[in-house]
Amino acid sequence: MEHYHMNLTLKVWRQKNNKSKGKLETYQVSNISSEMSFLEMIDVLNEQLITEDKDPIAFDHDCREGICGMCSMYINGQAHGPWQQNTTCQLHMRAFKDGDTIVVEPWRSTAFPVVKDLVVDRSSFDRIIQAGGFISVNTGNAVDANALPIDKKDADDAFMAAACIGCGACVATCKNGSAMLFVGAKVSQLALLPQGEPERESRVLNMVAQMDKEGFGNCTNTYACEAECPKGISVANIARLNSEFLKAGLSTED
Amino acid sequence: MVLDSKIPHGEMDKKWSDYKGHVQLVNPANKRKLEVIVVGTGLAGASAAASLGELGYKVKAFCFQDSPRRAHSIAAQGGINAAKNYQNDGDSVFRLFYDTVKGGDYRAREANVHRLAEVSTSIIDQCVAQGVPFAREYGGLLSNRSFGGTQVQRTFYAAGQTGQQLLLGAYSALERQVALGNVKMYSRHEMLDVVKIDGKARGIIARNLIDGTTERHFGHAVLLCTGGYGNVFYLSTNAMGSNVTAAWKAHKQGAFFGNPCFTQIHPTCIPVSGDHQSKLTLMSESLRNDGRIWVPKQKGDNRKPQDIPEEERDYYLERRYPAFGNLVPRDVASRAAKERCDEGYGVGTTKMAVYLDYKDAIVRYGKIEAGKTGLENADHAAIVALGKAVVQEKYGNLFEMYEKITGENPYETPMRIYPAVHYTMGGLWVDYELQTTVKGLYALGEANFSDHGANRLGASALMQGLADGYFVIPYTLGNYLAEEIRTASISTDHEAFVLAEKAVNDRLSTLKNINGKQTVESFHKRLGKIMWDKCGMARNEAGLKTAIAEIQALKKEFWSDVKIPGEVNEFNTELDKAGRVADFIELGELMCFDALNRNESCGGHFREESQTEDGEAKRDDQNYAYVAAWENKGDNGWELHKESLNFEIVKPTQRSYK
Repeated sequence: MEHYHMNLTLKVWRQKNNKSKGKLETYQVSNISSEMSFLEMIDVLNEQLITEDKDPIAFDHDCREGICGMCSMYINGQAHGPWQQNTTCQLHMRAFKDGDTIVVEPWRSTAFPVVKDLVVDRSSFDRIIQAGGFISVNTGNAVDANALPIDKKDADDAFMAAACIGCGACVATCKNGSAMLFVGAKVSQLALLPQGEPERESRVLNMVAQMDKEGFGNCTNTYACEAECPKGISVANIARLNSEFLKAGLSTED
Repeated sequence: MVLDSKIPHGEMDKKWSDYKGHVQLVNPANKRKLEVIVVGTGLAGASAAASLGELGYKVKAFCFQDSPRRAHSIAAQGGINAAKNYQNDGDSVFRLFYDTVKGGDYRAREANVHRLAEVSTSIIDQCVAQGVPFAREYGGLLSNRSFGGTQVQRTFYAAGQTGQQLLLGAYSALERQVALGNVKMYSRHEMLDVVKIDGKARGIIARNLIDGTTERHFGHAVLLCTGGYGNVFYLSTNAMGSNVTAAWKAHKQGAFFGNPCFTQIHPTCIPVSGDHQSKLTLMSESLRNDGRIWVPKQKGDNRKPQDIPEEERDYYLERRYPAFGNLVPRDVASRAAKERCDEGYGVGTTKMAVYLDYKDAIVRYGKIEAGKTGLENADHAAIVALGKAVVQEKYGNLFEMYEKITGENPYETPMRIYPAVHYTMGGLWVDYELQTTVKGLYALGEANFSDHGANRLGASALMQGLADGYFVIPYTLGNYLAEEIRTASISTDHEAFVLAEKAVNDRLSTLKNINGKQTVESFHKRLGKIMWDKCGMARNEAGLKTAIAEIQALKKEFWSDVKIPGEVNEFNTELDKAGRVADFIELGELMCFDALNRNESCGGHFREESQTEDGEAKRDDQNYAYVAAWENKGDNGWELHKESLNFEIVKPTQRSYK
C-alpha cells in the first residue's frame, strides 16, 4: 500500500460545557500521513492547539483497538466515519485524500447530553443495564458450567448480540434517537440462554421502561442503526425485543 | 519492617481450604455498617465490588472512564484458563499450578498460584451462570483450546473477545448491585491519593474529571484494582488512559512495590508506523500456531517479500529452537525478533519488524482440503483458494484487523510484526490476603505482583483478575474487617482528609502553574523511549545507569517546563494526563533501579550480563530467588526488602526450548 501525506480542513464542534452553546470551528492540519489513525490525526491537531495556547479538543477514547466503545465521533455525517463495521479509533487516514474537508461532531441525542466538545454523557446506557440487563446470580451460587448444555446456534446468536460495545452509534445515527438496538442486543443475549429464563419477562419490561424514561425515541425500522453499528449487531435483535416485550406484556397482566 | 507474606501453614493443596475454614467472619448486621472503596472496574474491580455488595458491605466503586464497562480488561482477546479437565486430557489443579509457577520462571509465590489454580474452576461456573456466551461444541458443552504452548486444552474463550464477554458479565453483576443500592458508582472519577489515619487506609481523595473538583471518600478498607503500568513505555497495548497513578500514590503512602521491572513484551503486535503512533495493537498469539516467522538472510534486503526466494529466507525461530520452532514462549520469541532487527535484518519501512508468513499454511490447508474433496490434480491456484478459505475461517477477524490498520492484505503478503509492551507482572506487593504493606489497603488483579512471577502465561491474566475479585477478597477482606466492626465511619472532616485533599489540590495547581513550553505528550514520549531502549526487552548495567540519570533530568525538566492548557476546575484531559505522566516518570526510575539490582535473566527480564554461551537467558537462583519489594523513602530514593521464595513443590529448573 502506497503511503501519502495530506493537508486537511477540519470543522470541529466546540462546546465549553453542557450549559454553553456550541459551534463548529475550522482548523487546518498539514502533512497528515495516510498511515495515521483518525484519532492520531486529532492528536496532531491538539498538540498544535496547545502550542498555540488554545484549548485542545476534548474527545472520548481509550483502548484505540475498537472494543471499549468509548470513542464516539460523528464524521462527515456518519457515526464512526465512512468505513463499515468500524469504530472511530480504527478509522485510518487513508480513507481521506489531500484537500478534503472533514466535519466532526459529537453524538447528538436528547439522552446523550454533551459534556464538552465531542464528549457526551452516555450514563443512560448504564441505567438501562441496571434496570435488568443482568442475571441475578450471586458469586458462589453457580452450578457446574457444563451442567446445562446450550444449543450451539443459540450460544452463537447470544454471542453475536453480546458483542455490542455500548458506544451509542445506533442512537446517534437514528433519526428518532432510539436505543432499541442496544436494548435489543442485551435482551436477546439473555433471552437466548437458559440462565436468563427466570427473569425473562421482568427484564424486558424493566429495561424498556427505563429506556423510555431516559428519553430515547422509538424505532421506525429505518435500519440505520444496523448499518452504522461498528460490531454489525443485527436488527433481528430489535424484532426479538419486540416479541419478548409483547409476550411479557401479555403474560404479566393481572 | 519485616515482610510477612502470611502464607498459611500446612500442605500446599490444603492451605486455602484451611484458611477459609478458620478465617474470621463478619455478621450480616455488621457488614451493613462497613464501607469499602474499590478503585478501578476491570475484571478485578468489578467482580470485587459486585461480590462485596452481594455480601452486604456498603461499597463505593470508582473508574476514570465514562462507564465501568470500558475498563481495559475488555480488550483481552485469547481466553481464560481453568483446570476443569473437560477435555479429559490430563489437566488438574496441580498441572495448572505447576505450569504457572514454571511459566513464571520461578519468581512467583507458590501458595498464591495454587489458590489461583484451585478457584479457576469456580470462575467458569460463575461466568456461565451470568450469561457469558463462551464458545460451545455442537453437543452444547463448552469448547476449549490450547493456548500459549500448554500441552492441555484448558482455555475457555468467546471468539477473540473473551475479555469483553467476561468484563460485561462482571459489569452486569456490578450494575445489579448499583440498582440494589449496595454499590454506589463514581464514573469519570480518578483517585489521587489514599488517606491514612493511625496507619490504616481510611479513604481516598478522588477528582471528578467532569468539573475538576476534588472529593473526600471514607472507607473502612480501600481496594486498588487499577491494572498495570505498561504505558510507562508510552507505546504499549494498554488503553490510552491506563496508568499507575493510584498504585503510585499508594506506594508513596507506604505500600511496597514488588518486582517493578518485570514487564511482558508480547511478540505479535503490529509494528510502529511512524512518530505519530499513539498505541500498539496486539494480534492474538494463536497466529503463531500456523504462521512462520522469518527475515531475509541478507542485511538491508529491500526487495518485496514475495520476491525473496525460499533459500534466502531465515526462519530464525525454527533454526534456533528446532523443538518448539515458532511456538516458543512469548519472552523468547520477542527477544529473538529484537536480536534480528538490531543486527540489521529487519523489514518494512522502519526496519523494526519481522515477517509472519501464511503462505505455507495456505498451501498446506489447501492440499488437505483438495484431498478431502478428491481433487487429485488441483492446480496451485485452486489449492491456494481452498487454503485461504480455511485460514479465513480460523483467523479471519485478525487478518481483517491487520488490514484495517496497515492497509495490506495478509493473504497476499506476509504480515509485519514486532514485539510490544503488553502486561506488567510487577505491581504492589501484597501478602496472601492481597493486603499491601499498608493496613486496610489491598491490591487485586494486574495491580498486584503476586501470581505471574517473571513471565505471565497466555490466558492467565483474566483468570487472576476474576479469582482475586470473586473468590479471594470476599474471604480475606472479612478477616480484616472483622476487627473493624467497632470503628464507626470516620467523618471526612477529619484532619487527615483535609490535609490530603489540600495536598492533592496544591499539586494540581503547581502543575497547572508551571506554564512551560513543552506538552505533556512530548515528555511521555521521551520517557517511553528511555524505558524501551534501556529497560525494555534487554537491559545491561551501563544502560540502566544512564537511564536513571536521564529520567532524573527529565523529571526536573517536566516540573519546570511542562505546558498545560485550560483550568484546574474544568474538564481538562491534559491536566489529567500530566498527573499520570509525572507518576510514570517516578515509576520509570524505580523500574530501572529494580532492573539494575536484578543481575540475572529471568522470564521477561533479560539481563545481558547473565546469558549462556549461545545467548539464552540464564537465571540465578542462588542470588535472586526473591521478590524485590521496594519501600519509598521520599527524596532519599528507595530501600530494598526481600521476600525469599521457597519452592516446596515445583523444583526450579532452567527452561530450554532447543
